[in-house]
Amino acid sequence: MARVVVDVMLKPEILDPQGQAVQRALPRLGFAGIADVRQGKRFELELEGPVDDAALARIREAAETFLANTVIEDFTVRVEEEGK
Amino acid sequence: MTTRVGVVTFPGSLDDRDAQRAVRLAGAEPVALWHRDKDLHQVDAVVLPGGFSYGDYLRCGAISRFSPVMDTVIEQAKLGMPVLGICNGFQVLCESHLLPGALTRNDSLHFICRDQKLRIENAGTAWTRDYSAGQEIVVPLKNGEGRFVADERVLDELEAEGRVVARYLDVNPNGSYRDIAGITNAAGNVVGLMPHPEHAVEPLTGPTTEGLGFFTSVLKQLVNA
Repeated sequence: MARVVVDVMLKPEILDPQGQAVQRALPRLGFAGIADVRQGKRFELELEGPVDDAALARIREAAETFLANTVIEDFTVRVEEEGK
Repeated sequence: MTTRVGVVTFPGSLDDRDAQRAVRLAGAEPVALWHRDKDLHQVDAVVLPGGFSYGDYLRCGAISRFSPVMDTVIEQAKLGMPVLGICNGFQVLCESHLLPGALTRNDSLHFICRDQKLRIENAGTAWTRDYSAGQEIVVPLKNGEGRFVADERVLDELEAEGRVVARYLDVNPNGSYRDIAGITNAAGNVVGLMPHPEHAVEPLTGPTTEGLGFFTSVLKQLVNA
């Protein structure tokens, strides 16, 4: 079965208080040197059929209208290679 | 004929009963609407209540926005039917693109529950005509994701067109841009509000009764229409 991954991230200009809270916690736990953290969402879509252009176009449409809110978020769509 | 105001119940709505009660106290007939029913049952206006529809999964309001009832609400809102979205309802309206911008996580990361002072900025909408511009009211506020954000161009447009309906006074509880607590569409029939006027309609349970004006406003709007 083919897997398509959609990553959704808050746009750079949108404050990410969750990411900031994680970033502030890191040094306390001994993880130094991390300048910034942004928290996002990852969707793994298992397709019933082949990953062709039509399927990818539909997934982009789903990402644009539903998985991401493009007012505040950006998204990327990629096909995960076999065997990974 | 009694004015009929629908209140939608989504799975996870919390304040639908309070909104119905506020509608009744204002003198209209509340009509319970179900998220899976496209039919609005001849209502004259719709309230999208507060709560955590679909557990706030994906994003607040993102799944409810695609419910069957919303197809009809969106269609009728574009034709001028008054729609008020409170808290989660405001999130649904933004996700539906009936209102611009988005509601994101409070900057403090805390869920905020307090009696909140607001200033009514626009007393010309279908839901605020019983107030006067500049009037200060206190109603409960309770949200975890109530921070209104939009890009500068949209914010400037909202300000220039007088579409900021209410602003937080004294304290900005969630980091909303320009202290925005509520906005309206260009036509003034669709209003989204993060605080809860339906919890401030009776002296026994509310900090004030100053929330009732949202519900009496729409009644007046519909009777005069």
